[in-house]
Amino acid sequence: MVEHVIAVRGVSKAFAGVQALDNVSLEIAPGEIHCLAGENGSGKSTLIKVISGVHAPDAGTVELGGEQLAKLSPRAAIAGGVQVIYQDFSLFPNLSVLENLALPAEVSAGRTFVNWRRMRSVAAAALAKIDVDIDLDARVGSLSVAQKQLVAISRALMSDAKLIIMDEPTTALTKREVSALFEIILGLKARGIATLFVSHKLEEVFEISEKFTIIRNGKHVITCLPEELDHKKFSYFMTGREFDESRFTPEISAAGPVLEVSALTSAGAFEGVDLALRPGEILGITGLLGSGRTELALALFGAYGIDSGEIKIDGAPVTFDGVRSAIAHGIGYVPEDRLTEGLALERSIGSNIVIAEIDAFVKAGALDHKRVAAEAQRWIDELRIATPNAENAVSTLSGGNQQRVVLAKWLATQPRVLILNGPTVGVDIGSKHDIHRVLRELAATGLAVIIISDDIPEVLQNCNRVLVMNAGRIMRELDPATTTDAELAALMSADVAPRQEEG
Amino acid sequence: MRSYLSKIVRANEFYLLLVIVVLSLIIQARSGQFFTANNLVDIANAMVVPGLFAVGAFMVLVSGGIDVSFPALASLAVYVTTRVLVDAGWGGGIWLPFLMAIAVGAVLGAFNGLFASRFAVPVLIITLGTASVFSGIMQGVLGSVQIPNIPAGMSEFGRATLFVAKNPQSGLTSNMPVSFLLLIAVVAIAFVVLRFTTFGRGIYALGGDESAASRAGFNVRRIKFWLYVAVGVIAAIAGLVRTSMMDQMHPTNLLGMELMVIAAVVLGGTAITGGTGTLTGAMLGTLLIVIVQNSMILVGIPTFWQGFALGVLIIVGTGISAVQLTRRNRKNSAALIQKGSA
Amino acid sequence: MLQKVTSLNPRLGLFRDQHVVRLAAILALLLIFFAIVKPKNFFGLATWQSMAIQFPEFGLMALGVMLAMVIGGIDLSVVGIANMTAIGSALLMLQIAPVGSDASTGYLALAAAIGLSLVIGALAGALNGILVAKVRIPAILVTLGTFELFTGIAVIVSGGKPTSGLPPQYAEVMASRLFGVIPMPLIIFIIGAVLVGLLMYKSAFGTKLYMLGSNETAAQFSGLKTTSLIIRTYMISGVLASLAGLVMLANYNSAKADYGSTYTLLAVLIVVLGGVNPNGGSGRLSGVILAVVVLQVLSSLLNTFPNISNFYRPLIWGGVLLLVIVVNQWGKNNNLARLFRWKGNAS
Repeated sequence: MVEHVIAVRGVSKAFAGVQALDNVSLEIAPGEIHCLAGENGSGKSTLIKVISGVHAPDAGTVELGGEQLAKLSPRAAIAGGVQVIYQDFSLFPNLSVLENLALPAEVSAGRTFVNWRRMRSVAAAALAKIDVDIDLDARVGSLSVAQKQLVAISRALMSDAKLIIMDEPTTALTKREVSALFEIILGLKARGIATLFVSHKLEEVFEISEKFTIIRNGKHVITCLPEELDHKKFSYFMTGREFDESRFTPEISAAGPVLEVSALTSAGAFEGVDLALRPGEILGITGLLGSGRTELALALFGAYGIDSGEIKIDGAPVTFDGVRSAIAHGIGYVPEDRLTEGLALERSIGSNIVIAEIDAFVKAGALDHKRVAAEAQRWIDELRIATPNAENAVSTLSGGNQQRVVLAKWLATQPRVLILNGPTVGVDIGSKHDIHRVLRELAATGLAVIIISDDIPEVLQNCNRVLVMNAGRIMRELDPATTTDAELAALMSADVAPRQEEG
Repeated sequence: MRSYLSKIVRANEFYLLLVIVVLSLIIQARSGQFFTANNLVDIANAMVVPGLFAVGAFMVLVSGGIDVSFPALASLAVYVTTRVLVDAGWGGGIWLPFLMAIAVGAVLGAFNGLFASRFAVPVLIITLGTASVFSGIMQGVLGSVQIPNIPAGMSEFGRATLFVAKNPQSGLTSNMPVSFLLLIAVVAIAFVVLRFTTFGRGIYALGGDESAASRAGFNVRRIKFWLYVAVGVIAAIAGLVRTSMMDQMHPTNLLGMELMVIAAVVLGGTAITGGTGTLTGAMLGTLLIVIVQNSMILVGIPTFWQGFALGVLIIVGTGISAVQLTRRNRKNSAALIQKGSA
Repeated sequence: MLQKVTSLNPRLGLFRDQHVVRLAAILALLLIFFAIVKPKNFFGLATWQSMAIQFPEFGLMALGVMLAMVIGGIDLSVVGIANMTAIGSALLMLQIAPVGSDASTGYLALAAAIGLSLVIGALAGALNGILVAKVRIPAILVTLGTFELFTGIAVIVSGGKPTSGLPPQYAEVMASRLFGVIPMPLIIFIIGAVLVGLLMYKSAFGTKLYMLGSNETAAQFSGLKTTSLIIRTYMISGVLASLAGLVMLANYNSAKADYGSTYTLLAVLIVVLGGVNPNGGSGRLSGVILAVVVLQVLSSLLNTFPNISNFYRPLIWGGVLLLVIVVNQWGKNNNLARLFRWKGNAS
C-alpha cells in the first residue's frame, strides 16, 4: 500500500544559473484534489515538468507509486499514471474527436497500422468513462472550449491515469460547465484518481480543492487546507508582500459623459448594451470568456462590427469604420493578449511605444529620430519600465514591463477613453499593483478608463462601477463598495439562456 | 449527425468536380472533341507525371511545408540512373532502372529530410536551396547532356500500352500507357499510408499542431525525415516515367513543374498551412489543370496562353478559399489578421 | 540568452549587428582570397566593371524580396515582373522608334520605355499587394501565381520569342559610365538601394513595415493602415523588379519571357543570407547589400576558372544557402550535437 500517488521531495532545478526550483516538496494522496498555486515565474510550471518527466531535477527525488526514481522520463511518468492537460489542451484542431482520443494510444502501442474500428471503440469508451456525449466525427477545431477540455480529460484518462494535472481549468467555462467539470473530478476521486490543479487565482478551484500548495520564487511557501486561506493571505503567500487593498473612489467631474453607448448590438456577440462613462471614472466590465466582453471592447475600439445601436463621444454620435477612426476620436485599447495583439516583440521598446503616434514625428517626410527617442525615454521614465536601453527588443522585458510598454503606447496618444482588456493577465502581482496605481492616477487626471477583466478582486478594487456581462447582455450594474467577491462570481457564471459558442 | 449527402455537398471536392464537369461540357460544346475516346486517354496519359508529383507535394503540404525541389530531385535521380545504365550497357528489364531511381530518390529525399526535420526554417527556403544543389550537381558536376538512347527496358516500359483508343471520326488514336497503373498504385499506396498507418496520421497530426504531435508521442523528426524520403522516391518514379515515355533523357525537361503541381494540390483544397486536405482533392486539382492545359488547343487558344491561364487559375482558385475564410470571420477584423499571412 | 538588438537608429545598430559583421568578414576573406589566387583579374578594372553591370539585375530584385520578407511575406514574382516590363518597354521602343529612326526619336522612346516600365512594375506589384492584403491569399501562393501570370503575359505579347532590335540610344545610355568609370546599372542599383534605405530608416514607413512584419495584429491595433502598407510594399518591390528588367534589357540587348530564370532563387538566397528573418519583422538593408556583393564576387571568382562550368553556380548558391541555415542555427543554440538527435522538434 502506498499512501501517495506521487511524492516530490526536496527537488531543485536551475536553468542557466537561475534557480527555478529550490528544495520543493509536494505529496499527493490517491484521490486527492490538490491545488498548486504560484505567480508566473514562481516555478510551478517547472515543478509540473519535473513531475511529468520533462525536466530532470538537479537535486531531490520523485517517488511515483511508492517507487523512488532518480530520473523520470516522460514515458515513465505516463506509465506511472501521470497525465498533464495543458491550457491549450494539446489537441489537433484539424483531426476528429475520434483521432484525438485514440491516436496517442496507437502511437504509444508502437503500432504501424491504425485500425479505425478499434480506434472508434476505444474513443467511445474513453468518452463513456466520464459520461459525456460528443460526436466522435466532429473536428476538434469546431468544438467549444468546454468540449475540448472534456476531450482532453477523456484522453488523459485513457492510459490508466492516477494523477491528472490541469492547468487553469475553469478560466473559460460557464458555471454549468464548471459544475460539470467538478462532477467529473469528483467521479475520478471516487475511483482513486487524484487531480492537481495549477492556478494563480484563489477562487478558481477553491470550492473543490482539498489542499493548497503555494510556491514562490521556486521555494515552497505553505501547504494548507482551503479553510486557512483568504484573499489577503493568498496574495501574501503568493508574493510575500502585503498590498494596500483600498478601493478606488473616483473624483467624478461635473462634466457630462465622454463616452455613451446605447442599445449597441452585434449579432452573436452582444446585444442591447447601454453604458455611459464620465471623465475620471474607472468602469469595470466583467464576465466569463465568451460572455461578449472582448467583442464589446473591440467594438468600442472600431475593431468589431456592430449591427445596431449608437456610440457617442462628448454627446456627438460617431461611427467607427475601423481602428483608426476610434483612435482619432481619442480611444485607446490595451488588448487582451499583449503578445499576439499588443507588441512587436522583436522590435525595440522605443518603436513599440511611439508606433501609434509615429506620424506626429515626421518632419518633411523624414522621421525625427531624436524626438522619437526622447518621447520613448519620457514614457520609460514615467511608467518605470525597467530597461537599460530603449533600443532593446521588447522581448527582453518581463511580462509586467511589457504590459507597461503597451500602456505607454496608448498613453502617448493622449486618449480620452482608455479601454484595457485583461490589463494584468500574466503579470506578476507586484507589477499588477503598479499598473492599478497608474490607472488610478490616470483617472485622477480626468481620463475615462474601462477595465475589462474576469479577475474579480481586480474589478472590485479598482472600479467605481462594475457591469456584469453574461451571454452577450449586461446583466447588472454593481457598486463595488457593496458587493462581495462571491456575489460577483455567482452573477458572472449564472446560467442564462444558453448561447451558441463560437465555433 | 449530418447526413451523408450534406457532407458530400459541403466538401471542397464536390465543387471541384462540378467545375471539372462544367469545364468539360464547355470544351465539348466549343470543340465537340472533349468526350472522344482518344482525348480522354490523352488526358489520362498527361495526368501520370503531374499526378505522381502531386501525391508527394500533397503529403508535404499536409505536414505543413512546401517542397519545391521535387522536379530537380527527380531529374537528378533519373539522370544518374540513365547515365549509369547507358554507360554500363544495361539491356535488361525495367526493374533495375526502377530500383536505382528509387534508391537515388530516397537518398536525395533524405537530404531534404535531414534539413526539414532539424531546422526551424520554412521548408520552402530549404527546398529552394536543395533544388538548386540538385540541379547544380546534375548540370555542373555531372555535366548533364541529353541522352537520346535510353536503356531498352526503359523504352519498352515507356511504349507499353494498356489499350489503344481510337476516335472513329478523325481516325486519331491514343495509347493508354501502362504507367497509368503506376499512378493508380502510388495513389492507392499513399491513400493507405495516409489513412491507415500511424506514420500517415502523424503527417496530418504534425500539420495540425507540431508540439501537440510530439506531446502525443509522435516522433516528429522521424516522421518528417521519412516523409521527405517517401516524397523523394515518388518524385524519382515520376521522373523515370517521364523519361521512359519521352524515350530520351532530357535533363531540364521537368524543371519548373513544381509551380503547376503545387497549384494543383492547393486547388484541390489542401490548406497551405497544413493539416487539411484529401488525396482525392489533390488528384481532382491535377485533373483540372491537365484538362485546362490539354484542351486549349481543342478550343483554339494558342498554347502560349498556358502560363497565363495557369496563373489565373492559381489566383482564382486560392482566392476563392481565401475569400470564404474572410467571409466567415468578416465581423471580427482582428481575427482575420493572422501572423504570417502577409 | 542573447540579447536581441533592434534599432530605431540605423547607425547605432549597424555595428552591434553580429550578422552584418560576420558577412563583412566573409566578404573581406573572399576578396583577399581573390587577390591572392587571381591577382591579374582582381587588380583589373574590367573585372569590377563587369561585376557592376551584372549584379544590379538580381540585386534590385533582392531589394524587393527583402521588403516583402520584412513584412512577413515573400515576392516570388520579381523575375516575372522584370521580364514582363522589359518586354513591354522593348515593344514600346520598337513602336516609337522602329529600326532606322533618328536619334531624337530614339531618346524619346527611351524615356517613354522607362516610364512605362516603372508604371507596369508598380501596377504588377499593386496586384500582388491587393491579393495579399485584401483577398488575403498567402503571399507565397499569390506570387507563385502572379509569376506564372506575368510570365504568361510576357509570352503572349512577345509570342515567346526574344524581342530585339532596340533603338541604339537605349544601349548607348545604359552603357554609359559616370566619370567614365561607374557603369549605369550600378548607378541604378545605388539609386534603388539609397531610396530603399531612406524609406526603411529615415521615414516612418520603415518603422511601420518592421512593426507590421513583427506582429500584424498589433500593427493594426496601433492604428497603422496595414492594407495600404502591404500594397505599397509590394508596389515598391514591383518597381525595383522593373528596374531590374531595364538593366536586363540593356545587358542582353533584348527581352524574353524566360530570361533570368535562376534569379528567383538567387534573390531569396541573398535576402536570407543577408540576415532577414523569413517570418518577418527583422533584417537590415546593409546585410542584404553585403550578401549581393558576396555572391557576385564569388560568382566572378568562379568565372576566372575556365574549367568550372557556369552550371556549378546553382550548386554553390544552394550550398551557401544551406550552409547559412546551418550556421544560423549553430549561432542560435551553440550546440550542433542536438541537431543530430532523433528526438525533438525542429528547434
